[in-house]
Amino acid sequence: MAKDIIQCSNITKIYNTGGIETVVLKGITFSVKEGEFVAIMGPSGSGKSTLMHIIGALDTPTGGSYFLDGKDLSKLSDDELADIRREKIGFVFQAFNLLPRTTVLRNVELPLIYEGVDKEKRARVAKKALTNAAFPERFWFHHSNQLSGGMMQRVAIARSLVNDPSIILADEPTGNLDSHTGEIVLNTFQSLNLQHGKTIVLITHELYVAEHADRIIHILDGKILKEEANHHKRIAKHEPEPLTSAF
Amino acid sequence: MKTEDLFEETYSAITVNKVRSGLTMLGIVIGIASVIAMVSIGQGTQASISASINSLGANLLIVMPGAQRSFGSTVSSGLGSSHTLTPDDANAIGSSVQNVAAVSPSVTAREQVVYKGNNTNVTVTGAVSAYPQVRNVQIDEGSFISDTDNADANRVAVIGPTVLQTLWNPQGTATATPDQAIGQIIRIGGQNFTVIGVTVSKGGSGFANQDNVIYVPLLSAQRYFIGDTSYVTEIDIEAASQQSMTQVQNDVTNLLLERHNIADPTSADFNILNQADIVQTASSVTNTFTLLLASIAAISLLVGGIGIMNMMLTTVTERTREIGLRKAIGAKKADITLQFLGESVMLTFAGGLVGVVLGWVASIAISYFSGITTTVSIPYVLLAFGVSAAIGIIFGYYPAKRAASLNPIEALRYE
Repeated sequence: MAKDIIQCSNITKIYNTGGIETVVLKGITFSVKEGEFVAIMGPSGSGKSTLMHIIGALDTPTGGSYFLDGKDLSKLSDDELADIRREKIGFVFQAFNLLPRTTVLRNVELPLIYEGVDKEKRARVAKKALTNAAFPERFWFHHSNQLSGGMMQRVAIARSLVNDPSIILADEPTGNLDSHTGEIVLNTFQSLNLQHGKTIVLITHELYVAEHADRIIHILDGKILKEEANHHKRIAKHEPEPLTSAF
Repeated sequence: MKTEDLFEETYSAITVNKVRSGLTMLGIVIGIASVIAMVSIGQGTQASISASINSLGANLLIVMPGAQRSFGSTVSSGLGSSHTLTPDDANAIGSSVQNVAAVSPSVTAREQVVYKGNNTNVTVTGAVSAYPQVRNVQIDEGSFISDTDNADANRVAVIGPTVLQTLWNPQGTATATPDQAIGQIIRIGGQNFTVIGVTVSKGGSGFANQDNVIYVPLLSAQRYFIGDTSYVTEIDIEAASQQSMTQVQNDVTNLLLERHNIADPTSADFNILNQADIVQTASSVTNTFTLLLASIAAISLLVGGIGIMNMMLTTVTERTREIGLRKAIGAKKADITLQFLGESVMLTFAGGLVGVVLGWVASIAISYFSGITTTVSIPYVLLAFGVSAAIGIIFGYYPAKRAASLNPIEALRYE
């Protein structure tokens, strides 16, 4: 039996801006097992982004507890959260968030730079991550802003892999991509999950995208609407992108 | 984060926008360069003033008569106008004060000098053989006044290089050489004198021209120009060493007070100028001058620093998303602070380096083209360099703190 990597119990989040309290999360309880591929789904304003920030150790909950890999993150300071993010979490954002005018390889190395890993090891780990993210070797030394969206997102996926995180947190990873490249990115996630046993939490508002996961957690108005195993899991087609479209 | 990685990140961030970084750096470059150039002008001026004061002589004390006063009157007729110093005072100083290397009493008068129809008006100094030693006068050719010349009141003269050129080369066509003058007879104040020597140039110009002078024996000057052998207008004393100057000054004061029968030192009829005091006064003037120049330059450095801060703040705003990402993937506050601080310090450091070179070149150019002596002093170069790095830290700190304190969630969302 795989252990729980994420344990959220009764998480609440209340924002207080100018004396007005906004309750965004109203008691969320769920867990994710090691090696699982979970999608968190909900329309905009449902609180899924706030939940993602808490799961991603970017923010702390107002109430409740959050254990990541057996460690309580609900009361940590900013710098302690930064350590958790560096060691245990790999982020993939909708807007890719790569450093422009910087090579693909260095973009992937970035988390290791902050960890103080030496140059040779950094390059070795980064190249392995790029290979696992199905990123073609001939673009390793291109600048990130010379790449297509799909390629950029795979650089971002590789970046999320380098620190060998406990979870990969993908926030609308296909949101900025067309359906074809979105498919390729989803395929990358699925193969990372199946072949490398990575735990993946995918946040999306599209049912189609969510259906690539093993389990779907539906969120609405800050509460879990329903939590169900995905019995008709979609398998993203492994269809190599025509590389000429990279530019 | 390792130092070399920090350096690499910083370097690539600066080189992304080369024009902007260059322009911002220019502010520091100009600031540092002007500080160095200005201070070098100040220091050069100070050095040349000290040198010209020292050219008067080494460890020199000058005794001058006090102002002439009449009883019941508060009218002062000006320093050095009374006739209270006597040649015997000079002899007494030489014989009874310790640590005196040489004593040189002298008188001065302005006289018309004529040679073969060429005229000039010169300060004629009646001097003794000790004068060259005390007043740092060097003989180019010929000889100075001897003790025999003085005892016999001989009509001999030693002329300065300016006098030589004025009398022997009035049109300024060909430079007159000393041997043209030696042995010739010139008329000083209507009296014939034989030129026996020419002095080496000491520099100076205008009223303080130390080259437009004629030296004759003290007794000759007293007899033929002043008509009174009872007083001298100045007694120059060379102390044996710099350390003994104060002692010599005190002893001379006491001796002269005693000889002149004055009980109250405040009503002394003479004044003693200490060369060290003159140097000190002059350097306090040039120090103020240097400070003034340096503070003007420092203002431009400050403006340069504000330029750095402005650019860093713009950079932080522009790179908000990047900062958000860096924080999301695990950069701590300290990492972000160091990174942005590193950028501003690298800018000012590089600017400081270029500024030092430029300032150095500028000060060489200033002394080459304008003739003002400049001295680039290494401590000031190091100071300017340190200041430029400090400016990077001071003006980079606020933007760096601002970057580090960004909320990663909001920073990632920033459009």
